[in-house]
Amino acid sequence: MSQRFKNIDYIGIVLWLFRAAIVVIVVWGTVSKLFLGQGNAYTATDWIDFLVAGLAQGSLYALIALGYTLVYGVLFMINFAHGEFLMSGTMTATIFVALPLSASGFLDANPILGMLIIMVVAMLVSVGVALLTERVAYRPLRRAPRLVPLITAIGASFFWQYFFRGLYGSALVPFPELEVLKGEWAVFGIAVLKTRAVVMVASVIMLIGLYVFIMRTKTGTAIRAVAEDKDIAALMGIDVDRTISITFATGAAMAGAAGILYGMVFRQVHFFMGFVPGIKAFTAAVLGGIGSIPGAALGGLFLGLFESVGPPLFLEGLGIPGAHQLKDVIAFTMLVLVLIFRPQGIVGERLAEKKA
Amino acid sequence: MKRTIFLVLIAIFVVMGLAACGGQKLECTDPIGCVEVAPDEPILLASSLVISGPNTELGLDSQYGVEIAIDFRGDVLGHPVELQPEDDGCNAEGGQTSATKIVSNPQIVAMIGTSCSGAGVPAAKIISDNGYVMVSPSNTAPSLTDPELHEAGYLRTAHNDKVQGRAMAEFAINELGVTKAAAIHDGDPYTEGLASVFSEAFQELGGEIVAFEAIDANADDVIAPLTTIAAAGPPEFLYYPVFIPLGSLITKQAQDVEGLDGVILAAADGVQSPSFLEAAGDAAEGMYVSGPDLGFGNEIYDKFLTAYQEKYGTEPTAPFHAHAFDATNMVLDAIEKVAQQADDGTLLIGRQALRDALFATSGMEGITGTITCDEYGDCADPKIAVSQVQGGEFVPIWP
Amino acid sequence: MSSQLDLRNAARVGLLAGVVTLGISAVGMLESFDTRDLIVGLLTLGQLVLFSAPFFAGYRVTLGEGKSDVGPAAVGGVVAGALTAVPPIALILLTLAAPNIRNSLVNVSPELISLLSLGASEVVGSLLLLVVMAVLGVAGAMFHILPDAIRKPLVSGLGWMLGFAILSEVSLNILRPVLGRGLMRALFGTKGITPLLAAIIFVAAIGLTIWWSKNGKQRYESRKAAMSEAQIKQSRRVSIGVGIVSLLILPIILGTYLTEVVDNVGLFILMGMGLNIVVGFAGLLDLGYVAFFAIGAYVMGILTSQGALGIGHMSFWLALPIAVGTAVLAGVTLGIPVLRMRGDYLAIVTLGFGEIIRVLATSDLLKPYIGGAQGILQIGKPTIFGFEMVKPIHFYYLILAGVGLAVFVASRLRDARLGRQWMALREDEDVAEAMGIHLVSTKLLAFGIGAAFSGLAGAIFSARLSSIFPHSFNLLISINVLSLIIVGGIGSLPGVVVGALVLVGLPELLREFAEYRMLLYGALLIAMMIARPEGLWPSPVTKREFHAAEEEEAMGGAQ
Repeated sequence: MSQRFKNIDYIGIVLWLFRAAIVVIVVWGTVSKLFLGQGNAYTATDWIDFLVAGLAQGSLYALIALGYTLVYGVLFMINFAHGEFLMSGTMTATIFVALPLSASGFLDANPILGMLIIMVVAMLVSVGVALLTERVAYRPLRRAPRLVPLITAIGASFFWQYFFRGLYGSALVPFPELEVLKGEWAVFGIAVLKTRAVVMVASVIMLIGLYVFIMRTKTGTAIRAVAEDKDIAALMGIDVDRTISITFATGAAMAGAAGILYGMVFRQVHFFMGFVPGIKAFTAAVLGGIGSIPGAALGGLFLGLFESVGPPLFLEGLGIPGAHQLKDVIAFTMLVLVLIFRPQGIVGERLAEKKA
Repeated sequence: MKRTIFLVLIAIFVVMGLAACGGQKLECTDPIGCVEVAPDEPILLASSLVISGPNTELGLDSQYGVEIAIDFRGDVLGHPVELQPEDDGCNAEGGQTSATKIVSNPQIVAMIGTSCSGAGVPAAKIISDNGYVMVSPSNTAPSLTDPELHEAGYLRTAHNDKVQGRAMAEFAINELGVTKAAAIHDGDPYTEGLASVFSEAFQELGGEIVAFEAIDANADDVIAPLTTIAAAGPPEFLYYPVFIPLGSLITKQAQDVEGLDGVILAAADGVQSPSFLEAAGDAAEGMYVSGPDLGFGNEIYDKFLTAYQEKYGTEPTAPFHAHAFDATNMVLDAIEKVAQQADDGTLLIGRQALRDALFATSGMEGITGTITCDEYGDCADPKIAVSQVQGGEFVPIWP
Repeated sequence: MSSQLDLRNAARVGLLAGVVTLGISAVGMLESFDTRDLIVGLLTLGQLVLFSAPFFAGYRVTLGEGKSDVGPAAVGGVVAGALTAVPPIALILLTLAAPNIRNSLVNVSPELISLLSLGASEVVGSLLLLVVMAVLGVAGAMFHILPDAIRKPLVSGLGWMLGFAILSEVSLNILRPVLGRGLMRALFGTKGITPLLAAIIFVAAIGLTIWWSKNGKQRYESRKAAMSEAQIKQSRRVSIGVGIVSLLILPIILGTYLTEVVDNVGLFILMGMGLNIVVGFAGLLDLGYVAFFAIGAYVMGILTSQGALGIGHMSFWLALPIAVGTAVLAGVTLGIPVLRMRGDYLAIVTLGFGEIIRVLATSDLLKPYIGGAQGILQIGKPTIFGFEMVKPIHFYYLILAGVGLAVFVASRLRDARLGRQWMALREDEDVAEAMGIHLVSTKLLAFGIGAAFSGLAGAIFSARLSSIFPHSFNLLISINVLSLIIVGGIGSLPGVVVGALVLVGLPELLREFAEYRMLLYGALLIAMMIARPEGLWPSPVTKREFHAAEEEEAMGGAQ
């Protein structure tokens, strides 16, 4: 035992050095940016712009991360194909609903109804794809070691990506721009792009809705029961397969909605759009503490903020060229830092052995 | 019994071998070998373009350009032309593997490709070492036609970054009279090369580069880097020689960034395609795009676009279909020029002769302009046109 | 008779086959496959795919029934076959109803429709397709109820013929230098094989199968049974010797292109061996394995490049240990912060590490040192006694040596104390620690040794290509390596080789379908994991575990 403690100490020192190094770099960069005037001179408005962009991006990550977290909660499986659920719904709804509605002028005449229709279609398609994937690629492997469904998930991700590419082509599809959402709103004197404001509000509504669904409804209780212990849940008369399907459907619906919000902000969709946000959302879910809904939300927001504020704040402060290119470096370094301090994520509970 | 079957098989083979060897023969005198195309055989070309992964639309679009060129041409010297499409994967190992595959088939006359410069470097070496020849429709890296690094079998119809980046800088300074510019690239060799050349030339001509920013190609949110650029100047002129997805994103979001409202937007031929205009919509109005003069309104190109739409069901998804079309025609012209034809229709194509003919290409009228090759394989029309987006179309305005 | 139920099953199977056919058509695969001849002038790959759907549907319908009678089988076959035709017919009619559908579904082209309607007009073609598919459905059903003595030779004849035709690339490349041009043209078309070769293979396969089932099998088994212990040992030794010799002469047989493919496979085997130690032995899920590959490649590139970025202008052999050493160092450095992370936390952090390395390689920050987006050019080739290695065949031997070393090290480690410690770690970290296993050094050793193989692969990769660009080092490589060790059988050394052959070699041979390669790759991953979750060549331990799980399940013991 004594030897073990000695080693932990030694490693502990290295870890402390690592943390200290990152903190020093961040503080040094920030100080030289803010007080020594290294790099560009930003105004307060610029900083607010960075913050808002980060928050909007972060709320999208949060919505996608929910799907990861929900599925992980019940199956302890990394659903690599989650980003593809997003893409499938968004592409389909854009091509078959949004573009015709926009061309006919319906969308600009009834923006709210129009967007709702588009969103519902996207969610339905995403749910359909998710259920099909679950049925074909995951369900038969429920008792297999955990790496096996990870591989089928990767397979499903490739499959759907290239399936939809074959279906809709590889070209970029423009997402229609709503007249009412052009320009900015002033919120407390801060100018915020309308699309971003809508994304943030919509995300918050959906997050709360989901939280209520999981915590207050019977189905939500069933999901939590299955997450706790599948066998006991089955003994309690819960249809485990059905509950798992519902979990997938819920996550995919969130992804479908997130995809449409994504289209609204960036005004273009294509077959590869799900992959990178999917990975970022997975990162966000882990950052927040995988399996936890508030964790996914927080993780998403933090990740969005790191990516947006980090490069101008401390990378530029260090005089690094092309700072924005390195946003992923910041995102992942922060992830490591957070996980060193709190191996269970920001709000995650300490996972029991079998879950981790 | 087994032995009898075996003997019968051998007998069949021998008879067939003899039968195939009959007939009159053309003598191959080429120093690096010949391709012999039998009377009923097609002339085989290969392409090595990126047709998988995230850059797919770029390579597929070029491949369609090649296919249409072949369709338009019909038979060459009485032989149909067939294409063996390969994938360069947009990376060095893809270029190497596809080139190795191509040179292992002695029937392949020439290769159209690669899409990406990274794939082009190893491919050029293998193709050249084995006596083949390649014409790339979209490699733009200066190193490929650098006098010290050039491989003997390498040509391209795409513009060298050095030419195009410089042209845009000249246009900005001399025509628009701007003095403060910013450049953005996405870490791809093409965009990084153009942005660097532009910046150097711009400074040389007396301008100031207020920001040189890089964005990850996978990024969706470009507001943050644009805000950084706005704070750095703000510039009067924003140059982002990237591909369509990121290009349309920047075009659309630049308006939303404070300090960039009046900035002049400019990009390169990476976005010179109808699908960019569709994706970027109104935001692209008034922006400048450098690239070959595609002669919009030009007769061949109109015909090309109609055929493209008919055959593939979409508008061109990327810019280099035109270069690919020209590259294919270059190769087919050269084949027509050097092939020896026997009475029975057999063709003999000398590989060195084919190379020489390709390097000697001069004054060929293509979609991308007048194509003339120099000794290092740069064939693109040196005239870089700058077009402005007006009323949802590219309108050439300079020179 | 439960004919009601049968028909419902037949309808389900038929519709399913039809939907799959519809999917294959709508993504453009069918049309693309149609340009590939299998048997020149007779059969294209597209036709094979299209027509095998109703055939297999019919076959499948009769499958559960044992050897049923002709009548019900025929009815089931008709239903399944005809229903297979329904979704494609719906697509044909859709194009009549909405001619603009192609604006949305870009691959629903007139060529595809004409292919589906068998060359006739839409309406006539639809009916024709219905009839043809119904007939094929019956054929499939009938095929299943044929007596084994006829069915087996037919299966092997068709299987060999079609397999040969699909992979004609392989035989083409092997035979081209051996056979004369005239002979080659008699046997192979520009794509696919000629009817003559098809007939020869078909007849030969049938003949051999009949011969084998008649007396060959018996003779082989009796001879095997008669062998003494010593003889068995000797025959095993002989087959090992034959194996080694054939590995040595392999590239000479294969020719340049296939050797290149084998080289690629070899590099992935090398990486797989390393990742197998990390994931398979020690159970540490690493999704950023490409990082060490990149580090090995870049160190080799910088040290040996003759270009502007090169420092040292070292020889390959001098740079090799430095490249591998740097990779090991990086592996250990990554290992320290993640020591206390488990499972999926570890997965995402390693994934992040891989991305960090890739982004840094692309970045402007390091451009002055490692070339940024423009990469490193003019990397030196290895030389042995003044002989420069340039061709795929030269690298084949280099990679073979590397793989041999990796297999040796991995198998020795597996059976050594360290290997058992890793496996204890994999099963239960806390228990392992309680048993006195030194977690820190055990984990760091796994990361370090794993990284060494990857660094070695990277160094060879870099020398082989002579130029490297950040594009080559993306997440897909990590995913590919992880997939291949799991598809092969986690923790199993032969599994790594099999996995690499299936997941790297096979897609490489189907390069001409690159557009659909990833789609097929994805489907292949799913299909293989469902068919054999323990992997294609599982290690004995995994096999036992899977069987234990099955037994438990059978006994009703859950979890």
